[in-house]
Amino acid sequence: MQRFEIVVVGAGPAGIAAAVSAAESGAQVCVLDAGAAPGGQIWRGGAERHSRTAARWATRLRQGQQISVQQNTQVVAPLAAGELLVERPDGPQSIGYDRLILATGARELLLPFPGWTLPGVTGVGGLQALIKGGVPIKGRRVVVAGSGPLLLAVAAGLRRSGAEVRLIAEQSDWARLLAFGAQLPLDPARLLQALRLRATLGRTAYRAGCWVEQAHGAEQLEAVTLRHGAQRWREPCEQLACGFGLVPNSELAATLGCAINAGAVVVDYAQQTSVSGILAAGEVAGIAGVEAALAEGAIAGYIAAGRPAQAQPLLARRAAARRFARRLEHTFALRAELRQLASAQTIVCRCEDVHYAALAEHPSWRSAKIHTRCGMGPCQGRICGAATSVLFGWTPESIRPPVAPVALATLITTSSAHSINLEEHV
Amino acid sequence: MRTHYDALIIGAGIVGAACASELAQAGLHVAVVEQEIVGGGTTAAGMGHIVVMDGSLPELVLTSYSQQLWAELLAERPADHEHLACGTLWVAADAEELAEAQAKQARYSAHGIASRLVAAAELYALEPLLRPGLAGGLLVPSDSVIYPPRSAALLIERARNHGAQVISAAVCALRPSGVLLADGQTLTAEAVILAGGIRSQALAPELPLRAKQGHLAITERYPHIIRQQLVELGYIKSAHASSGDSVAFNVQPRPTGQLLIGSSRQFDRSERSVDQAMLAQMLRRAVEYMPALAQLTVIRAWTGLRPATPDGLPLIGPAWQRPGVWLATGHEGLGITTALGTAKLLAAQLLGHSAPIPAAPYLPARFDKETAHG
Ligand SMILES: Cc1cc2nc3c(=O)[nH]c(=O)nc-3n(C[C@H](O)[C@H](O)[C@H](O)COP(=O)(O)OP(=O)(O)OC[C@H]3O[C@@H](n4cnc5c(N)ncnc54)[C@H](O)[C@@H]3O)c2cc1C
Ligand SMILES: Cc1cc2nc3c(=O)[nH]c(=O)nc-3n(C[C@H](O)[C@H](O)[C@H](O)COP(=O)(O)OP(=O)(O)OC[C@H]3O[C@@H](n4cnc5c(N)ncnc54)[C@H](O)[C@@H]3O)c2cc1C
Repeated sequence: MQRFEIVVVGAGPAGIAAAVSAAESGAQVCVLDAGAAPGGQIWRGGAERHSRTAARWATRLRQGQQISVQQNTQVVAPLAAGELLVERPDGPQSIGYDRLILATGARELLLPFPGWTLPGVTGVGGLQALIKGGVPIKGRRVVVAGSGPLLLAVAAGLRRSGAEVRLIAEQSDWARLLAFGAQLPLDPARLLQALRLRATLGRTAYRAGCWVEQAHGAEQLEAVTLRHGAQRWREPCEQLACGFGLVPNSELAATLGCAINAGAVVVDYAQQTSVSGILAAGEVAGIAGVEAALAEGAIAGYIAAGRPAQAQPLLARRAAARRFARRLEHTFALRAELRQLASAQTIVCRCEDVHYAALAEHPSWRSAKIHTRCGMGPCQGRICGAATSVLFGWTPESIRPPVAPVALATLITTSSAHSINLEEHV
Repeated sequence: MRTHYDALIIGAGIVGAACASELAQAGLHVAVVEQEIVGGGTTAAGMGHIVVMDGSLPELVLTSYSQQLWAELLAERPADHEHLACGTLWVAADAEELAEAQAKQARYSAHGIASRLVAAAELYALEPLLRPGLAGGLLVPSDSVIYPPRSAALLIERARNHGAQVISAAVCALRPSGVLLADGQTLTAEAVILAGGIRSQALAPELPLRAKQGHLAITERYPHIIRQQLVELGYIKSAHASSGDSVAFNVQPRPTGQLLIGSSRQFDRSERSVDQAMLAQMLRRAVEYMPALAQLTVIRAWTGLRPATPDGLPLIGPAWQRPGVWLATGHEGLGITTALGTAKLLAAQLLGHSAPIPAAPYLPARFDKETAHG
């Protein structure tokens, strides 16, 4: 077993900031990340290539004297107290820690509508990741739909990659967007960002109060039905990117016993969870964007390294980022119509092919899960669990290890400190 | 809502559901009170192996009788129970276990249960992934697999079709001729049937029940890589141990193509969390018997609490010193199988009919200390 003073899970902005701050305070740090390079979702494929801020953080991470960065490393389950089971390409490992910082980020919220399982339909961030992974998009007609600022960022990226973005369909309405926009000039950095996006997007149509009702196609996506007020039309396209915001990846935290509220890990002012010695930072502790992730990560890093004074100056930045996030949340709150899109036959759980009608008769997530198999497949409810909390108000529960599908051989690895004696019955 | 019933059943696990179905079909006014969801207790955590076991004679009698009842029930709508007629292959590791398999075969045959000894060569023809060097096995074709929560729901549905009511409430105390619900309401009944699984003890602390925690792990889909439920012959010893922790090789094919891997037994672990060390031991045992399992992908592990009695047999019949209260609990690791037999035995006693199999070995009074001590 390898042992470190501080282990950080996740190398997105929050994890990078946590590791750098802790190491620069003199602690010995290990970062475990499932991806191929540091960066997380927003700086996917290596932080250096993204922005100056990203590059600066990446350099500090790389140059950190006391940081061991382990990529392609999936944390699978807690072993004994203070120990994690991880899966790496070269096999399973157990990693010990004195203090743990969870920076496991978020995933997209996908909501079911007729046709959403057709090839050609992805999440918004999902399509972005595919393109960064080299999937060709040039000349393809794309509709970007759903909700939130990610729509604009991804649409801009799509255009740069040569896609023909037919339309950006934002479900929230103009009234909310304008109220939000009116506050933007107060924040010059964000205004600039918005203007740059606007320039890249050129004349791409952006419609607010507009959403996808249905995706059509025999084998592959051919068109979508869009709804805008009383208007309804069919828009031909080969690709639909549709996402409704983000949900925290709080499964690992839950298996460690951390309190969770509304899907996010509960943290105090010092980013500490309900479990002593375990901190959380970034989207896993609430969807608040990259600025908040960086501030929270740095605070968590300083606190874990025993340098609370260093964290002090970051509190105002975190508060501002979180205020901004609350405004975003209000601006992009999901409209009630989205809960009515699925028809009786629409599949809600893709792993186990469970239809909307089969779920609707159940009183709770657990009842639906046990009796319909919803959420029992390989994704263990990561997609359909979030969707059913929007559709039915259910709370997915009983997170059990492993937190991701894992080779059985990995689970045979036990803690070095803790092994059990079986009586010889056999 | 009426507040007086002929029979009031506490718990809609597989046992309570089977009792409800049986009593409602017999024409009684039945209520089932469940605090959570139908089939959501230990019933949702179990393997659903409908299996004949011969750890003792009464166990053999109850499991084989129950298996016949399952065969009748499953004949109606097998797919709804996610039934898989896979049989059991008891695996003998060495000559000693093979001798045990022969003895088992003789006992089964004496009770009219078909089974067939399998030599080493045939063992590998049946299950090529088993590790080399095993001695042989015993094939029991009549054993099969169901999905327990679905079966519980179907039994409840049948009870409802015969007029039973399902009441969503928690019973917080047993009262003379009835129960007190958590909301303060009292329901009365000629007979109160306690089928609360491991939680029965909260209402009747004198019951000799202990929790035996079991772990299970489920894989992604690998259709047809095993064909029968595979259990090591040492399993029965593991199941009947009255102390200590143990694991045994026990792997089940699901109709989805997934593999359900068991099993472990740990006493007095009341929490439901996964013990990573015990899970590892259990999986290691599985890999010892079937090395290829190490390569498969596991998507989830979980635990369940088996309600265990000191002699490993359930409590079926009148509760001692509690007039009007009947017990249907303590089924340890066989409650899915024995739920149907339990319901028949209980109904026969309640209605004064002759019992289909001898009732004495399962009567709760065997644990009444006062009569036992004179
Ligand atoms: C699909 C998607 C696309 C996005 N695109 C943009 C965008 O273009 N622009 C924008 O401004 N914001 C975007 N966001 C939002 C952005 O991710 C956040 O604002 C911010 O990056 C959050 O940082 P974080 O460090 O909390 O989490 P993340 O950046 O999500 O990093 C979490 C990291 O933890 C790792 N991890 C998680 N669980 C484990 C585990 N068990 N074991 C090992 N490693 C683990 C993940 O692999 C990941 O590298 C996107 C979000 C998502 C989900
Ligand atoms: C890992 C494992 C594997 C197993 N494999 C098998 C197998 O392959 N084959 C087999 O035959 N058996 C198997 N079993 C055993 C089987 O699962 C149990 O014996 C059986 O489920 C017990 O059923 P039950 O109805 O008594 O209890 P439960 O399913 O626990 O039901 C009791 C119900 O009563 C309710 N309840 C309790 N108290 C109250 C109250 N005060 N008020 C209202 N409601 C109440 C509970 O909410 C619960 O729903 C296995 C068990 C485990 C743990």
